[in-house]
Amino acid sequence: MEINRREFLLGTGAAIAGHLAPAASGAPVAPAVDTAAPLRVVLTVNGAERALEIEPQVTLAEVLRGPLALTGTKIGCDRGACAACTVWIDGAPALSCMMFARDAVGRAIATIEGLARREALHPVQAAFIEHDAIQCGFCTPGLVMSCAALLERNPRPSPEDVKSAIAGHMCRCGTYPHVVDAVLAAAKKGAA
Amino acid sequence: MSAADQETRVQLYPAGLVPGTLSQIERRVPADEPPPLPANAELAWIGKPVARYEGRAKVTGATRFTVDIHLPGMLHGRLLRSPHAHARLLSLDVLPAAALPQVRAALAVNEAAGRPVEAPPPPDAGPLARARRVLYAGDIVAAVAADTPAAAGRALAAIRAEYQPLPFVVDLERASASDAPLVYERPVRGENYAGAIPGGEAPPQNGNVRGPSTAGSRGDARAGLAQADLVIDGEYRTQVQTHCCLETHAVIADWRDDGLTVYLSTQYTAGVRAELARAYELPLQRVRVVVEATGGGFGSKSSAGPYVRAAVALSRAARAPVRVVLDRHEEQVDSGNRPATLQRLRIGAKRDGSLTAIDLEAWGTAGVALGAGVGFIAQSLYRCDNFAIAQSDVFINAGPGCAMRAPGNVPGAFALEQAVDELAGRLGLDPLELRDRIDPSPVRRAERRLGAERFGWRPRAPGADASPVKRGVGMAQSLWAAGVQTNASCEVRIHRDGSVEVLSGVQDIGTGIRTVLAQVVGETLGLRPADIDVRIGDTDFPAGPPSYGSMTTASLSPAARNAAHRALLELRRLTAGQTGRLSFRESCARLPVDRVSAVASRSEDYGGFARRSGDMAQAQTTLGGVQFAQVAVDTETGAVRVERVVAAQDCGRPINPRQVESQVHGGILMGLSYALYEERVIDRHTGHVLNADLEHYKIARAGEIPSIDVVLLEHYRGTSSTDAYGIAEPSNIATTPAIANAIYNAIGVRLRHLPMTPAAVLAALGRVPGGRPA
Repeated sequence: MEINRREFLLGTGAAIAGHLAPAASGAPVAPAVDTAAPLRVVLTVNGAERALEIEPQVTLAEVLRGPLALTGTKIGCDRGACAACTVWIDGAPALSCMMFARDAVGRAIATIEGLARREALHPVQAAFIEHDAIQCGFCTPGLVMSCAALLERNPRPSPEDVKSAIAGHMCRCGTYPHVVDAVLAAAKKGAA
Repeated sequence: MSAADQETRVQLYPAGLVPGTLSQIERRVPADEPPPLPANAELAWIGKPVARYEGRAKVTGATRFTVDIHLPGMLHGRLLRSPHAHARLLSLDVLPAAALPQVRAALAVNEAAGRPVEAPPPPDAGPLARARRVLYAGDIVAAVAADTPAAAGRALAAIRAEYQPLPFVVDLERASASDAPLVYERPVRGENYAGAIPGGEAPPQNGNVRGPSTAGSRGDARAGLAQADLVIDGEYRTQVQTHCCLETHAVIADWRDDGLTVYLSTQYTAGVRAELARAYELPLQRVRVVVEATGGGFGSKSSAGPYVRAAVALSRAARAPVRVVLDRHEEQVDSGNRPATLQRLRIGAKRDGSLTAIDLEAWGTAGVALGAGVGFIAQSLYRCDNFAIAQSDVFINAGPGCAMRAPGNVPGAFALEQAVDELAGRLGLDPLELRDRIDPSPVRRAERRLGAERFGWRPRAPGADASPVKRGVGMAQSLWAAGVQTNASCEVRIHRDGSVEVLSGVQDIGTGIRTVLAQVVGETLGLRPADIDVRIGDTDFPAGPPSYGSMTTASLSPAARNAAHRALLELRRLTAGQTGRLSFRESCARLPVDRVSAVASRSEDYGGFARRSGDMAQAQTTLGGVQFAQVAVDTETGAVRVERVVAAQDCGRPINPRQVESQVHGGILMGLSYALYEERVIDRHTGHVLNADLEHYKIARAGEIPSIDVVLLEHYRGTSSTDAYGIAEPSNIATTPAIANAIYNAIGVRLRHLPMTPAAVLAALGRVPGGRPA
């Protein structure tokens, strides 16, 4: 097992730093750092205010997936290297595994569950289906969030703009070519 | 009833390639098979790019992967892993963990699933010799379950494990030396699998080297080399690649008095059920495996690995459901990998290109596991009477390898297809022309022609560009067995209200089997695929095939069509005598019972299988493909950019060409990534993996994708009620050697080691002071 990064951040760094490198599967197990008292927070998620009690060290991704049961947001690496956990914070894509939940207080959090307007899919979602920009689907919600955000800020992207917008995402099935097709098609439809 | 007793009839089936002119082939088939299916052009739904069945669920985040499941009372399991690459476990005390608050179970774990079985120590061996040895850093030692993840973490920290570190070895060449530390001290038993050639005696075991196995050799390669006008001789090395599924391995085990339910991110629900039933001596019906969606597998989620066994043991001890989800580090270290290989390949040829001998000596390491063979493609792709193979597994102190997308053939093709390219160059032949002479497959001949047309293939001299950024083109071929699982069943239910359900235990790992089932059943019943409800991923349904070996569609789509056909016959029988021509819905409304149902299983291929062993069979044909690549090599930085790939592929009758194209994209990108970027690195001094994450383990992403064209052939042979085969693996084999051949064509120097990094390119060009030329 590894030392949890957030335990490290909040704990006595000096005492356990020695175990961090190299991050080895068999690194000696340090005692977990007991966290400070739980916090009462209100998070604004998909337009609704959600009051809950959280431990101060939990990430936004953990709170979304756990107490809020919004499991569409995925954790692939838990360290900002795969972007499966992408949500919008105040309209901009952000990695929810790299953000403490308490730092999201007072900001507008949008997740994949809030992207479609009831039955009406976001044009990017519809285009993902149309162009089969999906395989196993685990990275898909994160990709959809980044691509939808791209169209919000740039309604007429070039193929290079799309690749750049998803450059941080990891898709092992290899959906990227169809993702690019889908986003360009959605943009074209939006412009028509 | 034997096949000979069955009633049969003779039918004509479409045969041949599209594009091309189809003929007909006569087949004698069991009388209850559905009527022949015409070619795709004449069908309503099969062969059309129908949208993915679960597309809406996947783009809205509604799909529930195993990691998304939360059961009432569920505990959080974690695993204690060895910090040593090799050690004797002198003592292990889990009681301090068990005594902590919120901790519900703490157990020693000693599971060898996925590894060969080592002979027991002699009866007179002392306690030290009998102590468990952990064989790699990350080997599982103990497991805990607690109410919260944090409590589980505290429990792990409380376990007392005392180790005596032992010498270890983590690379293939050092492990092969006679004085290397031994991974296994005594003989092991175990099966090789894909990639290796089956058959033959258990090979010898000397030190860490288990082999050579010479099964599959034919003719006299030594004589063939002596007769050759020229011999191509090369040594090739390939690295360890890790699967990197986006959903890490995940399980929730729920042991109850009336049976065991396992929610599992898996490629094979039916196989895992059988494994667990055997392991815990439960009747099959008391074990249930469930998965709505598997977040990637690529071979690594084929069986119930040690972490699954640990979760089951924890649930049994704690009397509660236990969730174990590997973190990314555990995933990269201990969830399987593609073995590293070292191949010495010699090919003898006459001046006309005909091959007189193929002689392959190969060593591979799957860590502590078996199965690093590479010989199948060299044995089978080209016409050659004399083939000698000697392949060995080499044990090292690293996590067990396992099947990974086209196991054996991906590293095997890297060597073989470069050697054939080199031969073409030496003979002054276009590599396509050489293959026309030595490749007996009419399908690949068509793929070479169609692919070359699409690519605009023109042979060009190696290193022809004068500028520092040099372009090159290359091509390579693929070969994969057309596998079928006969234990593949499907139920089709037609309800009184006209609704239709398809049920099978088969799982969705992203290849789109739900859509395939909806298309096949819709086509058979005259309904739209959207009218069909598909329910899969549960062993309570008829047993589904595995999602590995590129055999899911080949195995299950005929069963689905047969079940739909029989359910329709039953509907007609029960509503016969009704007056007038009834629509499907009207017929259903006249059913005397709420529903009719039929279950069908995969029949033998019409005309028979090539071979069959238990539930596994191989068709008389093979699957293949031909890929072309264009690269730009910056000779100042060494960076290689793949600009374009054209893939001409076949998979029998394609059921959903868009989903096929998605899979081909995946195969190409995985091959490109293997060619240029990926490599697991283990520190020789500590035995730890240094890049067990997704930032230091480099994988091609969106910025690296080339322009990709897929040319998809339809190949009809009249072998089953759908005539469909698979695509995932054949599409992953030719990319890496096509890129390697293109790099050679660009710079005039051949790279025989993977990955072909900028440093390797510069070294090959002699641009690294003190660097070695390739």
